[in-house]
Amino acid sequence: MGFTRFLHGHKTFDHGIYPVEHKELTAGKPIRRLPFADELVIPLQQHKGRTSVPIVKVGQEVVRGEPIAVADHFVSVPMHAPATGVIRAIGLAPTAEGPKTQAIFLKVYHAAGQQVLYGSECEPEHMNVKDIIQAVQDAGLVGLGGGAFPSHVKMQPPAGRVIHTLLVNGCECEPYLTCDHRIMLEQTEHLIRGIRIALRATRAERAIIGVEDNKLDAVSHLRARIPKHLPITVEAVRTKYPQGAEKMLITALLDAEVPAGGLPADVGVVVFNVGTLAQMGELVPQGRGLIERVVTVSGPAVKNPGNFLVPIGTPVRFLLDQVGLKGELGQVILGGPMMGMAVSSLDVPVTKSVSGVVALEPEDPAPARRQVYPCIKCGECLRACPVSLNPSMLGELAVAREYGVMAEQFNLDQCFECGCCAFVCPSNIPLTQYFRIAKSINRDARRRDEAKQTRH
Amino acid sequence: MSRGIEIRTSPHLKRVVTVDKIMRTVVLALLPIAAFAVWQFGLSALLLLLTTTGVAILTEWFFARISGRGNTVSDWSVVITGLLLGLTLPPGFPLWMAAVAAFVGVALGKALFGGLGYNVMNPALVGRAFVQAAFPVAITTWTPAFTPGRFTEIIPSTLTPPFMQPIPVDAWVASLNMDGWTGATPLALQKFEHIETPIMDTFTGMIAGSAGETSAILILICGLWLAWQRMLDWRIPVSVMAGAVLVALPFWLLDPSLYPSPWFVLCSGGLMLGAWFMASDMVASPVTWSGAVIYGLFIGALTVVIRLFGGLVEGIMYAILLANALGPLISSWTQPRVYGSK
Repeated sequence: MGFTRFLHGHKTFDHGIYPVEHKELTAGKPIRRLPFADELVIPLQQHKGRTSVPIVKVGQEVVRGEPIAVADHFVSVPMHAPATGVIRAIGLAPTAEGPKTQAIFLKVYHAAGQQVLYGSECEPEHMNVKDIIQAVQDAGLVGLGGGAFPSHVKMQPPAGRVIHTLLVNGCECEPYLTCDHRIMLEQTEHLIRGIRIALRATRAERAIIGVEDNKLDAVSHLRARIPKHLPITVEAVRTKYPQGAEKMLITALLDAEVPAGGLPADVGVVVFNVGTLAQMGELVPQGRGLIERVVTVSGPAVKNPGNFLVPIGTPVRFLLDQVGLKGELGQVILGGPMMGMAVSSLDVPVTKSVSGVVALEPEDPAPARRQVYPCIKCGECLRACPVSLNPSMLGELAVAREYGVMAEQFNLDQCFECGCCAFVCPSNIPLTQYFRIAKSINRDARRRDEAKQTRH
Repeated sequence: MSRGIEIRTSPHLKRVVTVDKIMRTVVLALLPIAAFAVWQFGLSALLLLLTTTGVAILTEWFFARISGRGNTVSDWSVVITGLLLGLTLPPGFPLWMAAVAAFVGVALGKALFGGLGYNVMNPALVGRAFVQAAFPVAITTWTPAFTPGRFTEIIPSTLTPPFMQPIPVDAWVASLNMDGWTGATPLALQKFEHIETPIMDTFTGMIAGSAGETSAILILICGLWLAWQRMLDWRIPVSVMAGAVLVALPFWLLDPSLYPSPWFVLCSGGLMLGAWFMASDMVASPVTWSGAVIYGLFIGALTVVIRLFGGLVEGIMYAILLANALGPLISSWTQPRVYGSK
């Protein structure tokens, strides 16, 4: 840590990788609003936690901003109509994850005014913590950086934990993505308001906005606009993947490590993405719900890449039609190319956690079909892994199906699937995929064991 | 959108460095050293390198074929083995013995373990160790460098017929009328007669020795280039050299007339070639940060201990082979400290 800091001026964590950024495609493109698709598909599970419960019926007309589903649990959020229209159906829709899930299909009235009429204004600065947290949940806010974890849950640390620092994640370390960059430049007031709300709700003493040093314009822009009396500072961190991972950012800015299996709250920190806080700053004072988000649409296959304000539920196909395609389409990725998910169908909708749609051209030979060599123990994966695992060893164990040993002796559970090891592997071994499979097999095994114990 | 879109799992981007590119780069780094060997020792060195490389490739091809592993020659790793092996042999080494070394190195040192990535020891050194045991005289027979007719004449022993004793070179060497030729390498001179060859000669390579080990500076430049290309873990050669100096220094300080200077230790024999191109063999060395350092220090220290106190003149080969064997153990001792376990 110390040595890395000494070498490069800006703070960072150990290891990591430097993929080509490709941010120039969209970094200079201001956020534009996109028209409505004819039909929006709103999955009921767009967040971590319990699925929302619909409160509308087929054939019912809804107004833009009207609640259409309610939270079913503390770890759950409501949903709001992204457009004025009529509920056409409630049924199964494709998702990026693969299996189809329940969704509300909303037919948009193109002739309607599309004003948001719902909501009741409030003053979060004068509300008590409980009411703020309720307002955040009512807004349907989840981590917009890709995590999709309900924001109001994060604001309440486990008993015995005190939050002293609010980290604002403006790193945006995934290649191609620039929506957070644009949000910091264009939605500065909302962002600052959101930070103030989150500071109040978490009772943190200070906020630090961490921004990668490939966005120094955002750093100076924010510094110039943050009122002096607020305990908010902006820090440039080194441009390196995965600098935007929660734990890595905590290590870079505070030189602290989140204990294995623990939460940022264990070191007195809570982390929010800039996009989430900007929406919080806009929605909570108006008492409105999350119905749209900024999405970067980019990639070599896209003709007119840019940053767009997209209604939740917009099918990816519609988005790509709007920006135009150059030729053949290889992969379409929701999120960034390092951790994002390739869609199996273009009918998959944009959900709350989709920060980018990256369209790649067919590659020849496709990386996944390149020859896989045996591990030559070059050690590149060890030098890349941000949590200091030994992916080379873990990979060998995965091939030998020693999933238990991977977890017990080689800390498999610390892997957060950032993809650094697979990115650097010269043997082209699908390490990240191996670890994903191993983790899910271990999870299943644990679940079976628990079920067995409760039966006895 | 005519044809279906593709689905793969993340990461969707990949660095472009592949195994065959790493291996090709190492071969590229070895070429200047091979070229110097040929310039220094002439046709015999050329034939020697061609033989070891050719036989190594054929052996690899044969075993990959019978084990059904497809064409593994295309990953270029066996070219490194062949070239390296040739560079560690005396320039006049009989070609048929060199062929045996290459075959044994690839067959026993690599194919037997399952091919690339699975070998425990450096295959080139396995081959060399075999012929060191099998042909002790031939492997310690040295011929002078820069003989006038080296590009037209072949060292007589080179063309020894298969399964025959090496053709003696004494008469041939005498006919060259080389001044000061004793038939010993700088290492042997130092060990048995305590005569230290001028440091500049061992540094530049104006000496006798194995085909590719003579020029310390050239090996250093090629190795540094490889490290700069990130195709070599610099920690290993640096720790090998550090380990050697750490052991050599106190003895030299004690009695400089009896013990070699650290400079001489570094520049003579196969230490440089071993440190930069054999100890650093990725497959047979520990992958962890501190593991690489321990492994390197061990090789360097053991090399000097063998040179100073062993019956052999040189020690780098056995030091590396022994360290290779210890590699997995060193690796398991030195697992990285995982994030969050503070």
